[in-house]
Amino acid sequence: MSTTRHVPSPAQRAREEYRRRQTTLSVLIAAASTAAIGTLLAIAVTGAPGWERVRASFLDPQIARDALPAVLTGLWLNLRLLVCCALGALLLGLIIAILRTLRGPVFFPIRALATGYTYAFRGLPLIIVLYVLTLGVPGLRLQGMPSVLVLGGLALVLTYGGYLAEVFRAGIESVHPSQLAAARSLGLTYRQTMRHVVLPQAVRRVAPPLLNDVVALQKDVGLVSLAGPIDAVRAAQIETAQSFNYTPYILAGVLFVLLAIPLIAVTDRVTLRAARRQSGG
Amino acid sequence: MVSTPRIRTLATAGAVLFAVTACAPQSEPAPQPTASGANACAKENLPTQTPGKLTIATDEPAYQPWFVDNKPDSGEGFESAVAYAVAEKLGYTRDEVVWTRVKFDSAIAPGPKTFDFDINQFSITDERKKAVDFSAPYYLVRQTVIALKSSKIAGKTSLADLRDAKLGAQVGTTSYQAITDLVKPTQQPQVYNSNDDAKKALQNGQLDGLVVDLPTAFYITAAEIEDAVIVGQFPQVGTPEAFGLLLDKDSPLTGCVSNAVGQLSADGVLKELEQRWLAQVAGAPELT
Repeated sequence: MSTTRHVPSPAQRAREEYRRRQTTLSVLIAAASTAAIGTLLAIAVTGAPGWERVRASFLDPQIARDALPAVLTGLWLNLRLLVCCALGALLLGLIIAILRTLRGPVFFPIRALATGYTYAFRGLPLIIVLYVLTLGVPGLRLQGMPSVLVLGGLALVLTYGGYLAEVFRAGIESVHPSQLAAARSLGLTYRQTMRHVVLPQAVRRVAPPLLNDVVALQKDVGLVSLAGPIDAVRAAQIETAQSFNYTPYILAGVLFVLLAIPLIAVTDRVTLRAARRQSGG
Repeated sequence: MVSTPRIRTLATAGAVLFAVTACAPQSEPAPQPTASGANACAKENLPTQTPGKLTIATDEPAYQPWFVDNKPDSGEGFESAVAYAVAEKLGYTRDEVVWTRVKFDSAIAPGPKTFDFDINQFSITDERKKAVDFSAPYYLVRQTVIALKSSKIAGKTSLADLRDAKLGAQVGTTSYQAITDLVKPTQQPQVYNSNDDAKKALQNGQLDGLVVDLPTAFYITAAEIEDAVIVGQFPQVGTPEAFGLLLDKDSPLTGCVSNAVGQLSADGVLKELEQRWLAQVAGAPELT
């Protein structure tokens, strides 16, 4: 038995050659274009009369190194708060969304309360909720008052729960009524229908905006610093006040972006997968 | 010159950046005028408002512990005592000192003055130096810890006693620096956007002690939080705010008054007055 290797026809070889040339050409053009724009930006920024001054006060490596431990300690607080508050807000949002979609006149008060909650906490500025919970509530001087961090976390959960509830509700209402009708006609109860038919589809559909809100939450957890705890941005502010140099802020900014990248990557991937599924790929 | 789009782009970008950086603050402190000679500061050569008299101004009303009972001419209270000490250095007896009342805001505004110098807790700033003159500083603002009477640190006398306390301060202040550099607390200090937030936390019992500067401490404990007390003053830390005597812009007296304050400081008189009127009478003892 002889094995004959596949030999592409001359026409095929020509086609491949042509494609290779086109690929190389487009890579070269992209590289040249990027280099040109990059150079232009670099010249425009570094050639500015105040560049030296800006660089000295925003991009000082020594100051960044000195500020790193303090800013990292603060970032650890941000991270812990983020995990707790994200889980809390997702849970609260889901519960409120389900309550808002309950049918039947007997549930009207519950629906009204849930609706009122989403209206109030989406409208209220987060800072005000934080002030009330972290500086107002402890003023009651009740026994067993939780720490400022717990109260601040609660404020974040309440505010972001409102946003997430509306995203969940949009997901639930996007499930076609025929699905419900089909489920009920199969003999599933309302609760079973929600659990096995509606919610899985709803959550999958709204996963990208949910994750997007979590990314936004990541930046806002630092606002608890107004009640006293030192988060990454506050740590940078303290360092800046001591050195009159803004490099610590840039450092904190870079760390926040690094922290957000995994979350953003997951969001992008989920969005892409949802889009593929929609187009029947 | 040929103006290509590229050059125009660069010029625009440059102009924008220049406009941004042009807003940067400038720090050119005005030079302090100095006395030309000892003789120029002799009493008979001083061109005061009223010849032979020294006119000193302060605000109406004048508060404790800087003045006592709103009577600057009593010589009681820290600033009243400092004013008389300066007058004495310049060669004026108590009878030759005349007090006048000028509002804080109009004193720091440019314009003709009705006094030779004004003493009213004026912080020396570059901004104000554009409109008025300042003498050498007679008081460097100290950081002070205040607490509720019920707090565990009320009545403590040493820095070591504060180590385990939960302390708070406003962000970016010397107060915060006093906590981290002098107390070195075992718990992370709480940091607030403003003293108002910090005061609320103190009232709520979320803080054992709040660090503010001494004048603020007097105001908070006297007027704002009734059941708060001053625990004590910290040793000097960071770049403190400094109080100076205020004079008319380019006043011929500035150099002489400045010299007088400098001598009082070197003789230890200012330190003594501070000890007497702020630490003992006003109840802001030193933390050791």
